[in-house]
Amino acid sequence: MLGALFGGTIAVLITGNPVQVHVSTETLADLNKLGISDFSGLIPNDIFSINSLFTMKGMVFIVLGGFLVGFGTRWADGCTSGHAITGLSLMAPSSMLAVLGFLAGGLVSTHIILPLVL
Amino acid sequence: MKYIPLFIIGIIFGIILVKGEIVSWFRIQEMFRFHSFHMYGVIGSAVVVGFISVNLIRWFKIRSISGEKIDLTPKPLKKVANISGGFLFGLGWALTGACPGPIYVLIGTGAFIFVIVLISAWLGTYVYGLVRKWLPH
Repeated sequence: MLGALFGGTIAVLITGNPVQVHVSTETLADLNKLGISDFSGLIPNDIFSINSLFTMKGMVFIVLGGFLVGFGTRWADGCTSGHAITGLSLMAPSSMLAVLGFLAGGLVSTHIILPLVL
Repeated sequence: MKYIPLFIIGIIFGIILVKGEIVSWFRIQEMFRFHSFHMYGVIGSAVVVGFISVNLIRWFKIRSISGEKIDLTPKPLKKVANISGGFLFGLGWALTGACPGPIYVLIGTGAFIFVIVLISAWLGTYVYGLVRKWLPH
């Protein structure tokens, strides 16, 4: 955990801040329609800032989002690394189900919750 | 001393997650909109490398850094828990753009607001512990 945290720091020191990510223009257009305009860095500053924390948007993305990641990981018995990567490598049926769950949840958040909250 | 190799692997992991753009919220959105092969390529190739690795570990009976036997038993099948927990995790993944590992990496990159995401995630695991006996598995 601590290593990964420092790894993040070192990566930014090497790459320079902000890390510019070039996602597809379709994604940019979709997000723009939802009101996101700042595409610099790794996370959208329109959503993830201390100022938005106490708004509906911040509560859903930062607080509820984090809660679901923690709760879901425990209930599903693993996350992206435990189920998607290690579990699929072992061809575990439990992991195949969990990955289907990840995909379904992600699609619901992206296509239903995001337009409602943003 | 025994934590130093783990610490170094963690650092390498963190650098790779940033350089591979896996910790980018925008990349996760792109993935769930099927607009790019990027994330599928990363996860897919990780599974291929993982598959080769677990088989090498099995054939050559490779031990961990600390000399222990590596347990490669797949996680037990718990249909309801795997799917419903996975679903909730997926909801959170698309909202925060981060799964557990990347939360730490993002804090390291200076996205300090993810400390709140981390606290919420901890709280999520804690509340799971409280309510697990009432949940289907």
